[in-house]
Amino acid sequence: MNQLLAFRTRASNVLALQRHGALIALIALLVFGIVRYGDRFAGENLANLLADDAKFALVALGMTFVIMSGGIDLSVGSVALLGGVVAAQASGAGLVPAFGLAVLVGLALGSLNGVLIAKVRLEPFIVTLAALLGVRGLALYLSDKKAVVASGTGSFQDFGRWELLGLPVSAVFMFAAFLIGAAVLRYTAFGRTVLAVGGSEDAARLMGLPVARTKFVVYAMSGALAGLAGAFLAAQTGSVSTDTGIGWELSAIAAVVVGGTLLTGGVGSVMSTLVGVVLLQLIFNLIVFENSMGAIEISSFWESVIRGGFLLLVVLLQVKLSRRRASGGTAPA
Amino acid sequence: MTQSSPSPPLLDMRGIRKSFLGVPALAEASFQVNRGEVRALIGQNGAGKSTLIKVLTGVYKADGGTVTFDGRPVAFDSPHAAQLGGIATIYQEVNLVPYRTVTENIFLGRERRRFGLLDWRRMNAEARELLAGLDVHVDVTRPLREFSIATQQMTAIARALSFDAKLVIMDEPTSSLAEHEVSVLFDVIRRLRDSGVSVVFVSHRLDELYAVCDRVTIMRDGRTVDDRAMADISKYELVSKMIGRDLAEVRRAASRAPHQAEAAPVIEASGLELGQALRGVDVAVRSGEIVGLAGLLGSGRSETARVLFGADAPDSGEVRVDAEPVRFAVPRDAIRRGIGFSPEDRKVEGIIPQMSVRENLTLALLPRLTKAGIVDRRRQQQIVERFIERIGIKVSSADQPIRELSGGNQQKVLLARWLCMNPRLLVLDEPTRGIDVGAKQEIQSLIRELADDGLGVLFISSELEELVENADRVVVLRDGRNVAELRGDQISEERIMAAMAHGAAVEAEDGAR
Repeated sequence: MNQLLAFRTRASNVLALQRHGALIALIALLVFGIVRYGDRFAGENLANLLADDAKFALVALGMTFVIMSGGIDLSVGSVALLGGVVAAQASGAGLVPAFGLAVLVGLALGSLNGVLIAKVRLEPFIVTLAALLGVRGLALYLSDKKAVVASGTGSFQDFGRWELLGLPVSAVFMFAAFLIGAAVLRYTAFGRTVLAVGGSEDAARLMGLPVARTKFVVYAMSGALAGLAGAFLAAQTGSVSTDTGIGWELSAIAAVVVGGTLLTGGVGSVMSTLVGVVLLQLIFNLIVFENSMGAIEISSFWESVIRGGFLLLVVLLQVKLSRRRASGGTAPA
Repeated sequence: MTQSSPSPPLLDMRGIRKSFLGVPALAEASFQVNRGEVRALIGQNGAGKSTLIKVLTGVYKADGGTVTFDGRPVAFDSPHAAQLGGIATIYQEVNLVPYRTVTENIFLGRERRRFGLLDWRRMNAEARELLAGLDVHVDVTRPLREFSIATQQMTAIARALSFDAKLVIMDEPTSSLAEHEVSVLFDVIRRLRDSGVSVVFVSHRLDELYAVCDRVTIMRDGRTVDDRAMADISKYELVSKMIGRDLAEVRRAASRAPHQAEAAPVIEASGLELGQALRGVDVAVRSGEIVGLAGLLGSGRSETARVLFGADAPDSGEVRVDAEPVRFAVPRDAIRRGIGFSPEDRKVEGIIPQMSVRENLTLALLPRLTKAGIVDRRRQQQIVERFIERIGIKVSSADQPIRELSGGNQQKVLLARWLCMNPRLLVLDEPTRGIDVGAKQEIQSLIRELADDGLGVLFISSELEELVENADRVVVLRDGRNVAELRGDQISEERIMAAMAHGAAVEAEDGAR
C-alpha cells in the first residue's frame, strides 16, 4: 500500500511539473525582469504587455479547444484580419456595433469551417488552410489592399485607453474569457465531450456523444474569437494593416503547446494556454529590454529564432516527461 | 555463435526484478525454455507475463536478475537487438504498416537488394513462399490493410519466421484467428519445434495450450508459481494456480438459470443485409435472456451488433424495438431506446485512454447529469462510487486514468458505463477477450445476474465454451446468414462448431428460418 501511495505521489509530481512547467518558467522570467530592470519593467510595461497579449490570447483560447478536440484551425490569422478590417470600417458606429460585426463575421467563417469538418467530414488541416488563403483574399478585397484606418473619434478609439481594476480593459477581458473557458472545459458536458472526442472519436460516437455538434462548435467558437481578436487590434492601434494576422495561427499553436495541451487531442488545460501566450510574449519583451540596456544587441530576426528555440525546448521537455510517464505509469500487464 | 551442450536450456531467466515507479511488476521471476520446446506462459492480467517478455526482448531494462540465452549472458537494450540476437516476437496487436504491401511488411528493415537496388521480384517470391507455408495465399503486392485481421496476423507471423530466430515469442497470436487458421498456426508451431526452434506461447485459451504446448510456466503477482509438463497438470489445477484460489464458487455462479420462456422481444431484427457482410440475419433478444451470437471471423457477428446499435445503417431489413419499427441513424438513437454496446476493440472504440475512470464511466450519461449545460459533479461522483463498489472495479481512485487499469477492469468500467443508464438491452462484442480467467468469471457472473434482473443481452464470443456456459439461446451465423439456432440442452460446443463450419442446422428444430 505504501508503495502504491509512493507511486501515486511521484506520478502526480511529474504530472504537476509537466502541467506547470510553463508557469514556473513564466514566474522565473518575471522575477528576473523585476530584479534586473526594476520599476521600468514591472509597472506600465507589464500592463501594456498584457493589453497587447489579449488579442493573441483570444485566438489561442479558441485554438485550445480546437486542438483538444483533435483538430487544428489554421484560418485564425486571416479571420482576425477580416474581423479587424470590418471592425475598423464600422468603427464610426461605435464600439459595440463594430465589435459585434467582427464577432459575427468570425462566427460565420468558423461555422463554415465547422460544417465542412463536422458534417462533410473533411480534414481540418485542409479546410482551414483553404480558409487561411480565401479569407485573407476577402479581407484584402474589402480593404482595397490598404491599411484600414478607424474613425478618429468615438467609443471605438477609446477602447485602448480604458482601464478596469487598474488594468487595461482588454487585459481584464482576456482574463475573464480564460476563466469562463476553463469553467466550460471543467464543468460542462460540452467541455468533457471536447476532450472525449479528442481522446477517441470512435469511442465518443459509440457512447452516443454529439461528436459532430461538438466539433462544429469548437470551430465556430475559434472563428468568433479570432474575429474579436481582430477587432481588439483595430481598436488598440486605430488601424489594421494588410499584413495583420500573418503567422498568428502558428503563435497560437505554439502557446497552446507550451501550455501543455497535446497536439493529438484529448488532454489539455485552458489556463496553461494563457500562461503560454504571456510567456512567449515576455521573452520578446525581455529581449527588447536587454537591447535597450545595451547589454546585448539582437535584431528582430534573432528574436524569432530565440522564440523558436524556446518552443522546441519546451516540447522536448514535455515529451521527455510524458515518455517517462508512459513507460512507468501504465499498469504492466 | 557458440554452440553449447544441449542439456542447459536455451533461455534461462533467473531472479528477474522490475518495478515501475516503486510498484513491483516482477519479483524474483524465473523462466526457462528448453531447446525445441513449445512453452506456455500463463497468468492473469497483471501477473507479469508481458513485463517478463518485455524485459527479455529489450523493451524494458530489468532492475535485477540474470538472463542467459543460447549459453551466453545477455541484456538486450532494444527489441531490434533482441531480434538480431535470435528472438522474434509476435505481438497481440498487429504492429505493421497498413498502407504498404504484404511483401514490404515482411521485409521492412532488411530488404533484399540486387546491385544496390531493391530486388522486388525476389522479395515477392520469398513472401509468397513464407505465407504459403502458413497456408495463406494472397496477392503479396496489395496493401496490407485490404486483408482481414487474420491475414494481417499471419503476415506478422511470417515476418517473425523470416528472421530465422532460435526463439519465437507469440503473445496471444490466436485472439484474432478463426479456428482453421489456428490449426494452421499450430502446424507451423510444431514444424518450428521439430526443426529445433523454441516457441513461447502466451494465450488465455486453455484448450490451445493443451493442444500445442509441451510445458507450462504459471505466473502470479510477478512471481513464477509453477513450471510443469503440460501432460501433468489438469485444466482445473492450472486455473486455480493461476488465480490462486478455489474455483468451485465461480463455476456455480456461471451455471445456467432457467431461461425466460416467451416474453416479447426487446429487440427483433429480421432480414438484415449490409454489403457483403450481412445477407439476411435474423436475431431477437427477450428481456432477461442471454442470446449468444456465434460464427467464425467474417460471419457477420460484429456487423450485426453494429447495425442493432445504429453504428452502421443496414442496406435492408427491419429492426423493431418493443415491436415498433425503428431506424437508428446514430448510436445516440439506440441509446435513447435503452440499448448499450460494448465494442469488440476495447482500446480503440471503447475507452478514452487519457481520461479518468470517472469520466469514462459517466460520459454517456452526461446528458442526464447536466443541468443548463453544467455537470452535476456530486451526482456524478455518487454514481461512479456506487458502480465501482457494485461491480468491483479495482482502482486506486476514480480519478485514475483508465489506461492504467488491467483489461478486465477496463471492461468492467465499460459495462458500468451502460449499466448506470438502466439499459434494457446490452450488446456485448467479445466482452472477455484478452481478459484473465478470474476477471472473466466475474464478468460472466455479472452478466448473468443482470439478465436475471430482466436485462436482455446479446453476447458475441469466439469462445464456444463461453457461449455454452452462459447463453440461453445461441444463434449461429455463417457468411452473413443465420445457419442455426440452439436452445437449452441443444447448446453444445460440438453443435455450434458444426453449424459454424458446415452451415448445417444440425438436427435443431429451431434452426435457420
